[in-house]
Amino acid sequence: MAKPASGFSRKMNDLGNWIDQRLPVSAFWKAVMTGYYAPKNFNFWYYMGSLALLVLVMQIVTGIFLTMHYKPSADEAFASVEYIMRDVEWGWLIRYMHSTGASFFFIVVYLHMFRSFLYGSHRAPRELLWVFGMLIYVCLMAEAFFGYVLPWGQMSYWGAQVIINLFGAIPAIGEPLTEWIRGDYYISDATLTRFFAFHVVAIPLLLLGLVLLHLVALRESGSNNPDGIEIKANKDEEGKPVDGIPFHPYYTVKDIFGVAMFLLIFAFFIFFWPEAGGLFLEHDNFVPADPLVTPEHIKPVWYFTPYYAILKAVPDKLMGVILMALAVVILFFVPWLDRSPVKSVRYKGWGYRIMLMVFAFAFIRLGMLGMAEGTPAQTWEMRVWTFVYFGFFVLLYFLSPKMKTRPVPERLTH
Amino acid sequence: MRSVGTRIAPLLAAALVAISSVALAVSEDGYIEHSGIITRDVAAVQRGAKLFVNYCLSCHSAQYMRYNRLAEDLGLSEDMVVDNLMFASAKIGDTMNIAMRPADAETWFGNAPPDLSLIARSRGVDWLYSYMKGFYRDDSGNWNNLLLPNAAMPHVLWQLQGIQEPVFHTVGGEDVIEKLELVEPGQQSPEEYEDTVRDLVTFLDYLSEPSKLKRKRVGIWVMLFLAFFAFLTYLLKAEYWRDVH
Amino acid sequence: MPSDGPPEGVNKGRRRFLVATTSAVGAVGAGTAAVPFIKSWNPSAKAQAVGAPVQVSLRDLEPGQLMKVQWRGQTIGILRRSPEVLGDLLAVEGELRDPDSSESQQPGYAQNETRAIKDEYLVVNMHCTHLGCVPALNLKNNPPKGVDDWEGGFYCPCHKSRFDMAGRVYKGVPAPTNLTVPPYTFVDDDTVLIGVNPEGMA
Repeated sequence: MAKPASGFSRKMNDLGNWIDQRLPVSAFWKAVMTGYYAPKNFNFWYYMGSLALLVLVMQIVTGIFLTMHYKPSADEAFASVEYIMRDVEWGWLIRYMHSTGASFFFIVVYLHMFRSFLYGSHRAPRELLWVFGMLIYVCLMAEAFFGYVLPWGQMSYWGAQVIINLFGAIPAIGEPLTEWIRGDYYISDATLTRFFAFHVVAIPLLLLGLVLLHLVALRESGSNNPDGIEIKANKDEEGKPVDGIPFHPYYTVKDIFGVAMFLLIFAFFIFFWPEAGGLFLEHDNFVPADPLVTPEHIKPVWYFTPYYAILKAVPDKLMGVILMALAVVILFFVPWLDRSPVKSVRYKGWGYRIMLMVFAFAFIRLGMLGMAEGTPAQTWEMRVWTFVYFGFFVLLYFLSPKMKTRPVPERLTH
Repeated sequence: MRSVGTRIAPLLAAALVAISSVALAVSEDGYIEHSGIITRDVAAVQRGAKLFVNYCLSCHSAQYMRYNRLAEDLGLSEDMVVDNLMFASAKIGDTMNIAMRPADAETWFGNAPPDLSLIARSRGVDWLYSYMKGFYRDDSGNWNNLLLPNAAMPHVLWQLQGIQEPVFHTVGGEDVIEKLELVEPGQQSPEEYEDTVRDLVTFLDYLSEPSKLKRKRVGIWVMLFLAFFAFLTYLLKAEYWRDVH
Repeated sequence: MPSDGPPEGVNKGRRRFLVATTSAVGAVGAGTAAVPFIKSWNPSAKAQAVGAPVQVSLRDLEPGQLMKVQWRGQTIGILRRSPEVLGDLLAVEGELRDPDSSESQQPGYAQNETRAIKDEYLVVNMHCTHLGCVPALNLKNNPPKGVDDWEGGFYCPCHKSRFDMAGRVYKGVPAPTNLTVPPYTFVDDDTVLIGVNPEGMA
């Protein structure tokens, strides 16, 4: 390294060395940034990981500031949210960032997960990476659920009512279990305060730990890529993957561009469409929780509706709960259900491509049906798409080893 | 009206299934008209504020709204607010509460009149507009409303609008209200009354989110900045990625 | 392969320029984004409403009497002083730390000998400038227990600080400065509004 000229640079250099001797900063920087070789052909789908990290940080920061003004009691919660919206300087902005951020977290995460179905990022040696991701997803769903109860509007209250009652379907222990979860004989202040503790402290800590494990696992296996080719299989004389580029500066610079574009879209929603037509902030939640009045139409926020549709599709309460849970649990097993000889959809035939498109469509259609009233016609349609949803995994297991594939090249393409 | 049309179809289908719980066979959402309010129209909000304070505030509180905020947002001096919009012993920094206690209200009206701070966000401006236009005198001589059958609320603006009565037609063997017609004129013509209701609804819209206009103003600058920043980051990315082939 | 740094032919100057510019613009963006968060700490509209000016009627206040009101969580005292008391203010100046009120413990319009807009009425924040206890008013004929040569004023029980009948602190006591005079103005001859400066004055 060239010797820095000015006194200031020299002092900074000395400080850097002092820290480095006591904390492996340079080594860490080299390990995860300048010395971490990522495939050079990352496309749109590969922005989502860094964006998810960005949204996590934003949710934590805005969440901390909301907690400064929010009152976690059944009597004061709703009013405290309006206090934030009206009386706290810029409170409305912090609130909208948090509510919009929650929905965008799921948009980013769903795209992030779908990438894996496209390029086989869950395949060996990345199975554990996928499992950590799934654990993050489950925690995220819990975090969103608990968070949504906090404003204590009609949808907060009745949504909690429905979800907690699902546990009542479990035979024998169902009723005492729901009472234990509520901390009361009905959803009340006791329920709200414990949900607050989960949402503000417990799950964020869990999420941070899981994200760390997720990133460590990623560094260990290295990133997959749109061709599904392992770049580590092809190294140059210095041991560097010939199709790899150092994460810093190439992907730091690219991800910053991704962040800028994301923020542009994010800002549009915050400043011009925070309610998103009732999708991000539901109309009924602007009415304070009333145990005596059930809203006409109880439904969860959009990111839960696919699973809600699966629940509604099944006529039996317990079976509905089981199938809904199974819909999430089955995702954990994807690395072992997918037995295709190739990783990426680019080298698979039309059989898999159609299966995947239908699966994605099923998930989206289930989401739309989950938001709807639930007419008999809609219920039948939900059953069809539930069948398709699970059918995808069954077909994946049985057909993937035998489906048509194309030869995978040695070197990365674009 | 597009918004009504796309809403009617699925809701009518739903309503046909849920006949038993609804007095009319047709969902009352079929009576919703587009309000046509212009959020930016501060003059309308001012007029609406006066209407609200004179006609609504005796029964309905707006407990999350402070009087001094009306002054700031509507371009009025605090004295103007005190003189025109405030009664009794309230102070300028107070919230728009009412003296009536909920327990009394339930006794007198059957239902406590709800607080209106957020009504425009929960019901929507089109619903509110149609609601205030949808009062009629039913055959028992009482006030009724197209959008909220058997509502306990009387038609507080009846002197302005006049009195409407329903016109029925038969749908699927049942007598259903087709529309309302004015049988006794009020102080305002139908067009003037529509403007009055529009002013009130514009105020309610403002009431439900006082920071809305500021949000949009700030938003323009934020997006311009971000577009510029995105452009710079793109140049930076493109420059470094020249290395990669 | 760009593994040892950028290949030849790269325009280092252009890269440095783009990095610098993007970083600068990004820093401006981040700084601007921080502003709403920082401002959210300011007293909210609710706090400002609760901390609104307090109007007090002086009609029933006799000379030698002290009335106390709450303003922004502080105890504010209004003392009506007789002409004799006002006359005595000059006499004690030698024993005071800051007889001319040169320390800014009062608005400009109270930076005079009586530390008041109208000489008769002293409007003062009753919290001792030492550690915040509320002193008691002891008139000249009612010295605090165990204290000789008492000229009348405020006596703080906590650490024995003393202030004169204009709230000015004596020498040799723990309190460092005169009692604070809050912003206030007269609405009319009998009514004072605490928390607002008179029109046109800072």
